[in-house]
This record gives sequence, C-alpha cells and structure tokens, in this order.
Amino acid sequence: MSDGFLSAGTGAVPVLKLGDVLLVTLPGDLHDGLAEQLQQDIGEAIVRHRVGGVVIDISGVEIVDSFLGRVLAEIAAGARLLAARTVVAGMRPAVALTLVELGLTLPGLRTALSAGAAVELLGGPDVVRPADRRRGDG
Amino acid sequence: MSGTAARVDARLPIRSDRDLVWLRQHVRQAAALLGFSLVEQTKLVTAASELARNTLVHGGGGELRVEQVTEGAAQGLRLTFSDQGPGIADLEQALRDGFTSGEGLGMGLGGARRLVHAFSIDSTPGVGTVVTVTSWAARPPRPREGRS
Repeated sequence: MSDGFLSAGTGAVPVLKLGDVLLVTLPGDLHDGLAEQLQQDIGEAIVRHRVGGVVIDISGVEIVDSFLGRVLAEIAAGARLLAARTVVAGMRPAVALTLVELGLTLPGLRTALSAGAAVELLGGPDVVRPADRRRGDG
Repeated sequence: MSGTAARVDARLPIRSDRDLVWLRQHVRQAAALLGFSLVEQTKLVTAASELARNTLVHGGGGELRVEQVTEGAAQGLRLTFSDQGPGIADLEQALRDGFTSGEGLGMGLGGARRLVHAFSIDSTPGVGTVVTVTSWAARPPRPREGRS
C-alpha cells in the first residue's frame, strides 16, 4: 500500500499514511460524533494498512475537554491492542495547563512537541510533513 | 460598553453536540473581546464545554446564557447553564473528582469548578439544574496569593 490520504470514510478528519505510521491531524474544533467516528476509522486503518504507529497532531486544537481527552486515551489504548503505538503531538501550552487544572493528565498517553518529533519517536520515515511546514520547525 | 455587550450577551441552545461547537466558539470570541489572555480563554472555554456537555447528557438539553459583567475596571464573563432535567440528588458526590454517571472521565463538574473564578450550582431533583460560573480578565498586576 503506497503512502497518501486514506480518509475516504468521514472526509472531515484527514488521515495520512506515511510508511509505517498513520498521521491524523485534528481540526480546531470537532464535534463529539466526529471524534467517535475518528476512533473507529483509526482502528480500522491500523488493521487494513498494517501500520505500527499512529501520530495524532493536535496543534490546531484549541481545547481538550474530558470528552476529547477520553477519546484520545481510548484511541491509544485501542491502537495498543492492535500492536500500534500512539503519540499525541503538538499540544498547545494553554491546553496542557488547562488539562492539568482539570485533573486530566492522561498518564497513558505519549506526547511529542511536533508531528515530526512524534514520527521520529516511533522510528518512522524521515519525510516532510505538512503540519511541520505550517509550524515552521520542519 | 453596550457595543461589546451586544456581541457578548447571548442565549445559546444546548441540544446537540454541534451546539457545543457553536457554544465554544461564542465563549472564546466573547472572552477574547473582553481581554482574556489565551490561557484564561482556554480555561473558560474548556469549563464551558464540560458544563454544556453535562447539560446535554445529564439534563437532556437546555440553554446557556452568556453575560458580560463589570466590577470596577474589571471585565468578566458570566455563563449560566440551565436544564429541566432530572436534577442531581447528591451535589457533593457529583462535584467529587472521579465521580461519573455518564460519558467522560468523571472530571466534568469538579474539573470545571477549578477552571473558573466563581462557581455555583443549584439543582432540584425532578425540576432541573442551574450552574453559574464567572471568570474575569486578568486585572493589573497583584500579589500572587490572590486565588489558590
């Protein structure tokens, strides 16, 4: 299977395959139904494309509340059962501060400062990623 | 400030998860307009999202009233979430971390309370629940001991 866009399912949240890694870029504000749909889509994509890692780029996400926090934790837990590792990338500092005060530190979730760093953490391919270009730290 | 109030004050329905998206956007824009810092905006919008989801999931839907409040030179935002749902029998239990009767991680009420400057809840079983929170845009520099 070659690299490229896979998100034919919902169309709203782009899922990219880069070598052995799925790259999912969350939009600024997604409604609950879409988050749950994404959870399904990622699980199916892991199995169909036999990837070993998932990077969820949340650099564009303005808030993470307990619902989205739960979805992220469940995506990671589900991926682990499917033999894939998950890294959440690019959390905004204000979001991190708020999560700590909310009491939601998501201990099981691995994080990286950018999608690029997340892919490196997973030992993935060294390719240029759209999210990095936007953040200017590629 | 009537011009600002016209863009801040609102009554927003809470009937679906899409309503939560509009509600978060309105609260963020209102907080930005009143001079809330990015971190203050993020905390208030997150609290609003938690409370609105409670209204939706536990209260069977309701509405949010957004109001600009002023105290001296300080600008604040008051959010009132109301529903006519089953109400909460044990408020202390509901406010405790880790307590949940529905989706989420049990951080809804207790977590939201920590993210705002003032929090009050009034719930009557069989009648409904009203949660009111207020936060203020940062005032001029003051001693750090201010709020916990």
